[in-house]
Amino acid sequence: MSGCGGPFPQSTLQPHSDFARATDVLFTDIFWWAAGVFLVVETLLVVALIRFRHREGRAAPKPTHGHTLMEIAWTLAPAAILVFVAVPTVRTIFATAGEAPADALKVDVIGHQWWWEFRYPELGLVTANELHVPLGRAVQLSITSADVIHAFWAPPLGGKRDAIPGHVNRIAFRASDVGDYSGQCAEFCGASHANMRLRVVVDSDSGFGRWATVQLAGPAAPGPGTVAERGRAVYSRSACIGCHTIRGVSPGVIGPNLTHVGSRTTIGSGLFPNDSAHLARWIADAPALKPGSLMMRMQPPLTDADIAALVAYLESLK
Amino acid sequence: MSDARGLSSWLTTTDHKRIGLLYFWTALAFFLIGGIEALFIRVQLAQPNGHLVSAETFNQLFTMHGTTMIFLALMPLSSAFFNYIIPLQIGARDVAFPRLNAFSYWVFLLGGLLLNASWLVGPLFHAGMLNVAPDGGWFGYANLTERQFSPGPNIDFWQLGLQTLGISSLAAGFNFIVTILNLRAPGMTMMRLPVFTWMTLVTQFIIITAFPVITVALVFLMFDRLFGTHFYLTSAGGTPILWQHLFWLFGHPEVYILILPAMGVVSEVLPTFARKPLFGYPVVVYSGILIGLMGWGVWSHHMFSVGLGPIADSAFAATSMLIAIPTGVKIFNWVGTLWGGDIRGTTALHFAVGFVAMFTIGGLSGVSHASPPADLQQTDTYYVVAHFHYVLFGGTVLGLFAGIYYWWPKMTGRLLSESLGKWHFWLQFVGMNLAFFPMHFIGLLGMPRRVYTYAPELGVGGLNLASTVGAFLIAVSILVFLLNVWHSARHGRAAPNDPWGGATLEWSIPSPPPAYNFSVIPTVTSRLPRWKTEHHEAMRDPPATPPAPIHMPGGSWWPLVAACGLPVMALSVLTHTLWLVFAGAAILIFGIYRWAFEPFEV
Repeated sequence: MSGCGGPFPQSTLQPHSDFARATDVLFTDIFWWAAGVFLVVETLLVVALIRFRHREGRAAPKPTHGHTLMEIAWTLAPAAILVFVAVPTVRTIFATAGEAPADALKVDVIGHQWWWEFRYPELGLVTANELHVPLGRAVQLSITSADVIHAFWAPPLGGKRDAIPGHVNRIAFRASDVGDYSGQCAEFCGASHANMRLRVVVDSDSGFGRWATVQLAGPAAPGPGTVAERGRAVYSRSACIGCHTIRGVSPGVIGPNLTHVGSRTTIGSGLFPNDSAHLARWIADAPALKPGSLMMRMQPPLTDADIAALVAYLESLK
Repeated sequence: MSDARGLSSWLTTTDHKRIGLLYFWTALAFFLIGGIEALFIRVQLAQPNGHLVSAETFNQLFTMHGTTMIFLALMPLSSAFFNYIIPLQIGARDVAFPRLNAFSYWVFLLGGLLLNASWLVGPLFHAGMLNVAPDGGWFGYANLTERQFSPGPNIDFWQLGLQTLGISSLAAGFNFIVTILNLRAPGMTMMRLPVFTWMTLVTQFIIITAFPVITVALVFLMFDRLFGTHFYLTSAGGTPILWQHLFWLFGHPEVYILILPAMGVVSEVLPTFARKPLFGYPVVVYSGILIGLMGWGVWSHHMFSVGLGPIADSAFAATSMLIAIPTGVKIFNWVGTLWGGDIRGTTALHFAVGFVAMFTIGGLSGVSHASPPADLQQTDTYYVVAHFHYVLFGGTVLGLFAGIYYWWPKMTGRLLSESLGKWHFWLQFVGMNLAFFPMHFIGLLGMPRRVYTYAPELGVGGLNLASTVGAFLIAVSILVFLLNVWHSARHGRAAPNDPWGGATLEWSIPSPPPAYNFSVIPTVTSRLPRWKTEHHEAMRDPPATPPAPIHMPGGSWWPLVAACGLPVMALSVLTHTLWLVFAGAAILIFGIYRWAFEPFEV
């Protein structure tokens, strides 16, 4: 999904946080050292090949067996270069170890096959697949998994960390630009690994406050006699409730929380725009859109009218 | 080679040269299969939202591509040279344990067939064809590979295949260590060993120490899947991270198992065609040993995103960077070998120089993975795919092709076409750079690996298309190679003993060598026995006919019989049939028993 990510929305080379910038600076450093060594080696190789190519009448080469000083030189030279790489490396390792100040916004990130759950324990709100964070404030993510190993990765905001069942990994960053950044799961996690995408929305401070207020409110109640109200009835008597939470309506915890699903811009973990056509196809047959999806085809299938009502209801949950 | 003809002479052979050829042709076939899998992957990814194959099929394709190339193509291609060339280089009549050598080959073949049978046997497991091949990645990370998340037989095929192949590698490893240490010709001291033999020796030590680790990891996995243990499950106090430590404790040394033999080949080819001894022989040997040792202390650099903590990350960053030093030293010594030489631009030299040039790129991108913060942006992306293809294709594959062009005349008695060879090289060289260089950018722009599809918004469609074109150029280059092989078999000129002016013992005997190799075991007085140096005259080649009759052991059926027990035991696990495991064990024990008491025939 595009948003305002520019031509390369998942680029690691356009950092938008302190964390991403630290690794970018380090990588740029290493790149130039490597480029220098590359030039030296390849130039020597090409010069040797041209200068010492076989020509008729050339005297037999001197049977040189080696040269101790040269061996010492080309042992020490790379060692010296590596010192220049290793020192900033270790400094950056400790600077990016996931520590955050006490006032940091804390978010629990839970990987599922194949979607992301985001919990804000201090705010008491739960959402999925679209992480909202405020500009300029430190954010600390505590990352784990509900099933297999995943990796949370939003490249413009920093490097990845694995989401491992039974373990908690932390990353911390301070976003430096308002924007809508894309990322995705980076650890192979089964059939739909490629479809486990995510978005991180960096809001202005006031924008984040507004978003949080909306998310904290209860789900919208459809007006009497509307299609959406019929949709809620369909929802309540269908298998949906076994897996999804809509606060006050259903308590399921296997799938994403839908209390404010209408406020999200994508569905299917960043796969499709959140519009009625895609919602309808998704409800009818999720595995056809997302291989292996644990949201099975409804048995018996819902009627088209039921699906349309459900779509209207979900879209009303702004 | 032995003069006996017919199928049974190959099934029972214990001649290291025949076994070397069996390894070669089998590995080449698997190399083609792995290559075809790669082409499917590249067509799927040629554009965003590709849909040539399904997600499930794609996951099987990349799993089998990696597993096949590593265990069934590159390792056994190296084994082909170990088998054919090592006894010739050290002046021996055969390996130390010829029947064990045959056993290694048959186990390798059966293990490879077992893995690949998974493509076809879906219907036996109530699934379609192309449904039960391994699909957990060559790295098979637990807990995705546990029964709960991978209920089908896919992962069983994978873990049983790898366990079988491990037995083959271990048997061969011990065999070659004993061979190199004990069967050297008189005067062939350790520091006179050809560098290819040295690198083979180091490789075998890594094999016999690394493969037990993966075997343990696989047995744990098998117990988790079959018997409900919890080695990799958090639910009963286990952890999936244990798998990662065990796997990479094997997996990183495995990288050196793949690259050291190719480094050995290059260290033979460059001096021969530069007409100059290898620059800094002892340093090249010691740095090879050092790489082998240091390879044991870097495994966690595959796990920087696991969150092992800043202390562990710093330690493994340091060890990983240190390993760049002996590697760099080797590269400078190869350049030093060419410097001041009289360089003959044969196809073998093209590939050897290509190795040095391309491996350098793979080594340098490796330094950025050794830096954990940078690696957090790169690991599990196409940047890593670019990196290890420069190491394993730019390095190992180019190095092994250098070996193929160099030793082909010795192994087949015929020359390959040099002009077809040059076509092969340049197509492959351009193809690999077009295929793998854009992957650096694809990864840095945010495309993860092991994805069967990607969004057009990522902006990497054009780069992926270029990469796919490169992959097909590589395929064309391989076709040119096959044409060259065919041409050599039909019209190739007969090879003399020494078409290249080589310095080592294998060039002192006919091409292909007779069954007994050396009519008289040579006495070695120099590191470059066939070259005149300041201190030594060139050795006299052994006479064309042996002055006295030479006893060579005959063939045996028992290694093949014993090997057949292993896939039967694997079948027992696949089908959950207990009696089969006893049947398989009985075949194995019967084979070994008859083998042990086989009469010593003349």
